[in-house]
Amino acid sequence: MPDYTLKVRRYQPETGDGPYWQHYDVELDETLSVLDGLLQVRDREDGTLVVRCSCRAAICGSCGVKINGESTLACKTMIGEAHEFANRRNGGNQPIVVEPMGNMPVIKDLITDMESTHWTKIRRVTPWLLPEGEPPQREYVVPPESMIDVTQSMACIQCGACVSACLSMEADPDFVGPAALAKAYRFVGDPRDGQHEERLYDLAQDPHGIYDCTHCFSCIDACPKGVAPMDQIMRLRRLAGHEHEIDDVNNGHRHEVAFTKIIEKKGTLDESMLLQESYAPGVKGKLIPRAGALRGLLGSIPTALRGIRTGKMRSLPKLIPGVHGKLPGGDQKQVERIYAHAEEHREQLNLYIKGEEAEEDVPEETVEPEPDEEEDR
Amino acid sequence: MKVAYWPGCVSRGFTPELHGSMALVAERLGIELVELDRANCCGAGVIAEHNQELVDTLNARTFALAQKTGLPMMNICSTCQGAQSECQERLDADSAYRAHINETLAAEGLSYEQGIDNKNFLWLLVEDYGLDKLKQQVTDPLEGLRVGPFYGCYVLRPKHRLGYDERPERDLYLEQVIEALGGEVVEYPGARKCCGFPIVTMNRDTSLRQAGTHVGDALDAGADCLVTPCPLCHLNLDMQQPEAAKVTGRDLGLAVLHLPQLVGLALGFKPKQLGMRKHIASTEWVEERLAAVAA
Repeated sequence: MPDYTLKVRRYQPETGDGPYWQHYDVELDETLSVLDGLLQVRDREDGTLVVRCSCRAAICGSCGVKINGESTLACKTMIGEAHEFANRRNGGNQPIVVEPMGNMPVIKDLITDMESTHWTKIRRVTPWLLPEGEPPQREYVVPPESMIDVTQSMACIQCGACVSACLSMEADPDFVGPAALAKAYRFVGDPRDGQHEERLYDLAQDPHGIYDCTHCFSCIDACPKGVAPMDQIMRLRRLAGHEHEIDDVNNGHRHEVAFTKIIEKKGTLDESMLLQESYAPGVKGKLIPRAGALRGLLGSIPTALRGIRTGKMRSLPKLIPGVHGKLPGGDQKQVERIYAHAEEHREQLNLYIKGEEAEEDVPEETVEPEPDEEEDR
Repeated sequence: MKVAYWPGCVSRGFTPELHGSMALVAERLGIELVELDRANCCGAGVIAEHNQELVDTLNARTFALAQKTGLPMMNICSTCQGAQSECQERLDADSAYRAHINETLAAEGLSYEQGIDNKNFLWLLVEDYGLDKLKQQVTDPLEGLRVGPFYGCYVLRPKHRLGYDERPERDLYLEQVIEALGGEVVEYPGARKCCGFPIVTMNRDTSLRQAGTHVGDALDAGADCLVTPCPLCHLNLDMQQPEAAKVTGRDLGLAVLHLPQLVGLALGFKPKQLGMRKHIASTEWVEERLAAVAA
């Protein structure tokens, strides 16, 4: 059976010492999990190693850790694969690095405090149904297809791997974060809930809400259940901006509207116009920019001036919002036509439900029957 | 080698030095660029927030224009790569959806065929051009230059969408290119983290704290410069660097090079030709280091 070395980040607060690294050699089949390795250490070598686990089958969500720097479940990571990853990333025969999850305080060894960050943030989004009016005499009845979009967020097992991986939360610990926002979508997308607009308004206006996510995709890769929390955050933004037209103080919706309109008019991005329109749309008339937006616009001036000095913004047209040219010839007309069609249809394909269907793409007539099938005929 | 070339919006906007340096480097390497000058913005993740069908149709149009040339497609922006790969995943997964999108494109005689080959310059350089061939082209090896890689999220994650199942080494290509050019790789915590750019107009503090932290960590690790295949990362790491320094409360001042600029230096181009003087964070230190080694 192969040998592996686990390099575990230990922390035993009662000793009064800070965190330290300890190496353990384990012997187990490559298809067993990193969790199996940790439990072997605890059983055979060092009973003081503290690990949290229960189901060992990626159902309970107890054994969230970082393996080779990537947030995941210890029970869902095969030790052979973790070993290969460590070797590839760092070269040579490398130990598998196991650490407690990030973005949360460590209680002991691999155990983090889920209460102070994860559960507090989950409660922040009011994670229960708030129906309107009198409850029905019997169960709530909804058409099954109306629940399709929320099934993905319902797959969450609250393991905290996405919270651990979140790069926005690293910079802003107050960010509501991927797990809680995916949970928020679970209710915003539920037809039985009566507080969609209030929930969206709350999370759009909060500076640490839906517009504090940087699109880094870390939570999508970390999630062991395919919840894709970032995709749920983008759904919340789409609903807040488009369905409910919530004009948030963070300029999130204004930025999206400005960007989308510029491409409709120009085909490619006019960055100067984007800055102006995100902060203060329609300065020429329709809307009065709010104080925060004006501050943002003024705050971007030193950066623009530096750009002029170095020649980065090479010509005047790049600096004057709106002067940026359109796509040549009839191409801009084609882009406008695409806009008109797509804004009318707004079709969405949900790959979580739909799945890949590569086989169906082969036209039936080109599929040659198997020889024995022919014989049957 | 000949490719259908999508430069993206930012390389022709706030980072013109990227577009210029790519043209010089491609010619020297013998990569012929057929620019897709009729194509539109990829949406940068923002139009996807607004309307999925819209962003899928816009990128299907770009793919169709590329397919019309009969050439593989190359981009020079991590964000374009990620945004376009997201649309491609949906378009390739469902024939009925693809047919619906193609109906819209049919009016201008275009159609997207499943399975376009669209690669960032970084991927193309390693997978198609080849590191051995690149090494042969190096005239001025970057000896002694300590370079920190900065990938940008959109060429790293999500792994399943970006071809990591078939090519798991894609998250090591920058290191491999730096070494092929004769430079020294600097390890620091931020190489595969987020620059924060997408929310710079929404939560400036969270955004610039990310950029400032990564630049600071690279400086602490002894980097002479960073290199990135993403012009949007460049905006936060370079253009906003003085502001990021204020937010993180420390002195910064680290040159951030676009990938073609780093390649260009090793091919013998002068920093000025590569547009390095246009950067906000001074690149003089890089020039001094290279001159010191050459002397």
